[in-house]
Amino acid sequence: MSAGANQPEFSPNTFTMDGIEIPFKDGQTLMDAALAAGVYIPHLCHHPGLTPHGSCKLCMVDIGSGRASSCTTPAVAGQQVSNNTPALNEARRTLTQMLFIEGNHLCPSCEKTGNCTLQAMAYHLGMLEGHFPQFFQRREVDASHSTVMLDRDRCILCELCVRASREVDGKNVFAVAGRGITARLIVNSPSGKLADSDLEIDDLAAHICPVGAILIKAHAYEIPIGWRTFDLRQIDEIGPEKVIQARVGHTDD
Amino acid sequence: MTKIRIATTSLAGCFGCHTSFLDMDERLVELLEHVEFDRSPLNDIKHCGPCDIGLVEGGLCNADNVHVLREVRANCRVLVAVGACAINGGIPAMRNHFGLGACLEESYLNGIGVEDPQIPDDAELPLLLDKVHPIHEVVRVDYYLPGCPPSPEGFLSVLGDLLEGREPVLPKKLLHYD
Repeated sequence: MSAGANQPEFSPNTFTMDGIEIPFKDGQTLMDAALAAGVYIPHLCHHPGLTPHGSCKLCMVDIGSGRASSCTTPAVAGQQVSNNTPALNEARRTLTQMLFIEGNHLCPSCEKTGNCTLQAMAYHLGMLEGHFPQFFQRREVDASHSTVMLDRDRCILCELCVRASREVDGKNVFAVAGRGITARLIVNSPSGKLADSDLEIDDLAAHICPVGAILIKAHAYEIPIGWRTFDLRQIDEIGPEKVIQARVGHTDD
Repeated sequence: MTKIRIATTSLAGCFGCHTSFLDMDERLVELLEHVEFDRSPLNDIKHCGPCDIGLVEGGLCNADNVHVLREVRANCRVLVAVGACAINGGIPAMRNHFGLGACLEESYLNGIGVEDPQIPDDAELPLLLDKVHPIHEVVRVDYYLPGCPPSPEGFLSVLGDLLEGREPVLPKKLLHYD
């Protein structure tokens, strides 16, 4: 900014992120305002329209001297926000590495590879390896449902399916039980199996999974590896939301 | 001009990374003007002498893998973990969900089509590790080249940077885990 005497002028409803002025509506979060303006803030557990969860912490931004999750922080006029900085991206890469080593994310064996938001995030952040020792946790696979498969090995506990089921599908199929390292995705049915739940293939909860934990059966490998969404474009060019919309539309055909 | 000396090895891998390395085709001829190979399955030299670069494919599934990895690490100034298995255990690490005994029983006693069921226990066979591990859990790794397998362009990018004396930086379009 020039050394002129003029005070910087802010429109009443804008904040500044990485030097770009972003408009917002009253009550809107930094994340939703940025998404609406087409500015990418890395995130895994957020989806517009669902109650913000604030758990993945990838959307941390610096606001003044503080740091906060942009998906749960209301925008305030004149706020100075930093998003795409080396320090934040380094922290985001470490968080992504922790997600990889905590679960069993073996991309070459996963049918979601190339369409996976976690993988695309790791590409975006330039992650070459997991850095930490692998946990190799043993987690339960549930293949009981006729059209939807649940492989907990890849679950990152983002609760997108939990919220989609409750808030959009009007059901209550999923929940997270346990704490810390024993936290796990459970199914609200008498047997605990997906087959005995009221999950249906058209539910948003069946399609919103950012990783390969909830998969639609009989549609794997329709698009070859190498030609999938994030094989062709970076996540910051398209964002995961459009991918989920396309996925829901695809099975409606 | 002294050539850069490279050792390569495939531990608990499928040789797919080595195959992809050879897929650089005629570019290999140009590369060989700058490098020469020490221990490698490509020339069948069994032990590693002093080298500039070690390329390690595969993770660690048995005691021999650990022995070979330590020999390569001790002799190479720069060690590169190549491919998914070296970096996080990869496909062989899928056995980590099960006990070693259960894996052996399924493969050699109860598996479909097994004839004359018996678990191999010849003294020549290296002891299996309880779990499959990525190599950075046992030795220091300098650089990582992900992919299953990494593309020939990935190999050329990392080796090109190292030959020029630069810190390897994998271009985003070459970064893949599959």
